[in-house]
Amino acid sequence: MHNHTVSQLSQGLREGSYSSVEVTRNYLERIARLDERYNAFISVDETAALAAAEAADARIAGGDAAPLTGIPLAHKDIFCTKGMKTSCGSRMLDNFVPPYDATVIERFRSAGSIILGKTNMDEFAMGSSNESSYYGAARNPWNTGCVPGGSSGGSAAAVAALLAPAATGTDTGGSIRQPAAFCGITGLKPTYGRVSRLGMIAFASSLDQGGPMARTAEDCALMLNTMAGHDPRDSTSSDVPVEDYTAGLEKSLEGLRIGLPDAYFGEGLDSATGECIHLALKELEALGATLTAVSLPHSELTIPTYYIVAPAEASTNLSRYDGVRYGHRCADPADLHDLYTRTREEGFGDEVKRRILIGTYALSAGYYDAYYKKAQQARRLIRQDFLDCFQSVDIIAGPTTPGPAFALGAKDNDPVSMYLEDVYTLAVNLAGLPGMSLPAGFVQDKPIGLQLIGPHFGEGRLLNVAHRFQQATDWHTRTPGVGEHVA
Amino acid sequence: MNWESVIGLEVHLQLATRSKIFSGSATTFGAEPNTQASAVDLAMPGMLPVLNAEAVHYAVKFGLGIGAKIGKRSIFDRKNYFYPDSPKGYQISQFEAPIVGEGSFEISLPDGSTRSIGITRAHLEEDAGKSLHEDYHGQSGIDLNRAGTPLLEIVSEPDIRDATEAVAYLKALHSLVTYLEISDGNMAEGSMRCDINISLRPQGSSTLGTRAEIKNVNSFRFVEKAIQHEIERQSDILEDGGTIVQETRLYDAQRDETRPMRSKEVANDYRYFPEPDLLPVVIDDAYILDIQHTLPELPTTKRHRFAEAYGLSNYDASVLTDSRPLADYFEVVVATCNDAKIAANWVQVELLGQLNREQTSLAQCPVPAADLGGLITRILDGSISGKIAKQVFEAMWQGEGSADAVIEARGLKQVSDSGALEGIIAEVIAGHPEQVQQFLEADEDRRKKLTGFFVGQVMKASKGQANPQMVNALLAEKLA
Repeated sequence: MHNHTVSQLSQGLREGSYSSVEVTRNYLERIARLDERYNAFISVDETAALAAAEAADARIAGGDAAPLTGIPLAHKDIFCTKGMKTSCGSRMLDNFVPPYDATVIERFRSAGSIILGKTNMDEFAMGSSNESSYYGAARNPWNTGCVPGGSSGGSAAAVAALLAPAATGTDTGGSIRQPAAFCGITGLKPTYGRVSRLGMIAFASSLDQGGPMARTAEDCALMLNTMAGHDPRDSTSSDVPVEDYTAGLEKSLEGLRIGLPDAYFGEGLDSATGECIHLALKELEALGATLTAVSLPHSELTIPTYYIVAPAEASTNLSRYDGVRYGHRCADPADLHDLYTRTREEGFGDEVKRRILIGTYALSAGYYDAYYKKAQQARRLIRQDFLDCFQSVDIIAGPTTPGPAFALGAKDNDPVSMYLEDVYTLAVNLAGLPGMSLPAGFVQDKPIGLQLIGPHFGEGRLLNVAHRFQQATDWHTRTPGVGEHVA
Repeated sequence: MNWESVIGLEVHLQLATRSKIFSGSATTFGAEPNTQASAVDLAMPGMLPVLNAEAVHYAVKFGLGIGAKIGKRSIFDRKNYFYPDSPKGYQISQFEAPIVGEGSFEISLPDGSTRSIGITRAHLEEDAGKSLHEDYHGQSGIDLNRAGTPLLEIVSEPDIRDATEAVAYLKALHSLVTYLEISDGNMAEGSMRCDINISLRPQGSSTLGTRAEIKNVNSFRFVEKAIQHEIERQSDILEDGGTIVQETRLYDAQRDETRPMRSKEVANDYRYFPEPDLLPVVIDDAYILDIQHTLPELPTTKRHRFAEAYGLSNYDASVLTDSRPLADYFEVVVATCNDAKIAANWVQVELLGQLNREQTSLAQCPVPAADLGGLITRILDGSISGKIAKQVFEAMWQGEGSADAVIEARGLKQVSDSGALEGIIAEVIAGHPEQVQQFLEADEDRRKKLTGFFVGQVMKASKGQANPQMVNALLAEKLA
């Protein structure tokens, strides 16, 4: 049953083919046996998971089951879980046990799903390789010498290695889509405001968005049905009504207009990866879609804009980690200044410090107009480019990343080349749009992701396109060496 | 040289909302440390602010109360600084787009004159917690109960010229915000805290001198003393040919002096930027109009009306309109007794005097306004004299009931029945033959004095209840 999808497990549980306790125990056992290789999990609470599974079985027996009742899930360690350590991949929060659940966790709990464990991630979600995690990098199940991507690398690795049927992730500049692409799974970053950010530890407030990571678009739809919705405790959460994301999955793609931005197929794209994407697009064409070139004239502003906005917000979001109320505190501070500086020196890793420095600089008196204000203006232009495109096309498609997963340590001394990893994903966050990555082929035996981008609140359409594509292809069904080193 | 001082005040006003500006925690003053601090107030990871609609309502009320332009689209910003009582490492405030724009209001000065003081802006922000330095053996405690209490920061134009005007401004502001019921204005509990910006310039000059800012002055008296001290300090420096350093100073009430704050206490770059966790506050005309309709009559309007409608002096009118409950009380008294002058006198002298002696407030006053009106009615209709009325008031204060009840129970009704008075007068005349003889032999002047004696005897015999006018008339008749 460990290679069943969420949808299959849900059916199996309701039909009594197996119990939630059995399914949960099976995944826990796989984690215990295999995670040493992948380092996908930061913490696992077997006792709590099995207790929740028992309760789910009772609920199923009582005929009160929701689609996700009894389904074990892994959650990125950025979502606060009541009574269970939530580290955000940082030494700063290595001792932090929240007394509350994130809204997303609350929703999954009340749906009756089980928390298998908390997954590895780049520290405070800052990174594209998982290497900035205080707990060491997670590994790519397709090639453990390679990164799983980031920042939701642990979630992607856990799903790809069949240590969990599905997981949650968060995406600030590609953190769901890039690891989904690298690990050969399906991931969706919803429209900004679609999923509550309450209890999801903030990196960059105006860009962060939680979403599902699973093996199929259908599973993502099931997950999003539970995750999405207005939260009065998050002022930026949207009150646009939530649709049933599974309802439109089967819709025909006849007449679908897909826009291909020239900027996503130019210099910098690995040619073999480009080839995969072209074949995937052909497949969509065969399903009835039409392909047209579109232009995003301000594409070249994306990276500089993002690397001002995100660090600026992060620099102040992370000010609360001061050693006063929770989290890491340096030993024997001499005075207040010593408490602050040593706590933060010890608690944060290099990448986090780098971004706090960049962000602080960008907001400083005398630089604000040149950087932050300018970036906000550029952000509006980038958003408008997309809105203009959606006048003539229904969705936009392209590669998720410039190439397949790279080797661990390959970009250690080159943060800028690491930042370039997200060249195709960042704009989606700046524009607040929904974006997906789905498996579309292999290069050097490593998965390649096709990215789909929709208009605001167009998640239903994206999932529909991805689902039809997955019915016509089998990339998403492939698992890294099933029956060999994984099973 | 003659120096003119130029003063602007920044008042941090705590709004009397039930819960905090960005969380559901209570705002009650004086609770045990950290019992009114939620995960949001503690800035726990992943927690988000949600704007309290009541705080916006109160801010708009204030804006309308000073005739200001209301910001239709106001924006919250983060003001970044590290301090243990600022749990997020930033304060959520408003910087470029405040909720209340330019306005003004009238202050009245002790000499009876009035002046209009401009308001530059007022914006919403959250209060910080408190650092507690005692009782922790060389360490500091943090109490976050106050963190997140809504504040309206009200910034005045540099229109104030001296300490007297500053105090009048604060009193008028206090009166305005309590009329609007948006704050208790309690300075002792920190509901109104004041920063003073002050500079000097040669009399007649129109350029501004270098200013000093005095932070966190928390009583009318300290504001007055801090300004007086600071004017003296600056003019001493300028007279000696020195220059004023632009700096932030603290007023030390014990030493009655201001001194510079340590540089560590002054943050230089707050790195303001729009708060991404909150949406812009968008207000439409209908919302503003709704609030406009609920505005009470404001102190200035009321003062003018009292002076005109009741024929009161500007001074009496401003005392009586100082607080809304007092003004309301007065108006009920007038409505009951129909004599504004006597009502004004009784409220200011007897009522306020008694409240002051007993160190209590009008809210605790045991004599309802209608009852005081009833008492005055009995003076006016001759049932009791003014002197007896004071006795009756005392009894009413002790809870003996309405004026009529007290008069009845204590038998204090003035004797105006001529039959009864004639009897008493006859007795007095019979009992004082010597004085009667003297009276009959006396001249006009002497007779007047002796009449006083007889009136006194009659009042004494009637236990003060005899109607003095009637006694006079009857005596004149009997002794003729």
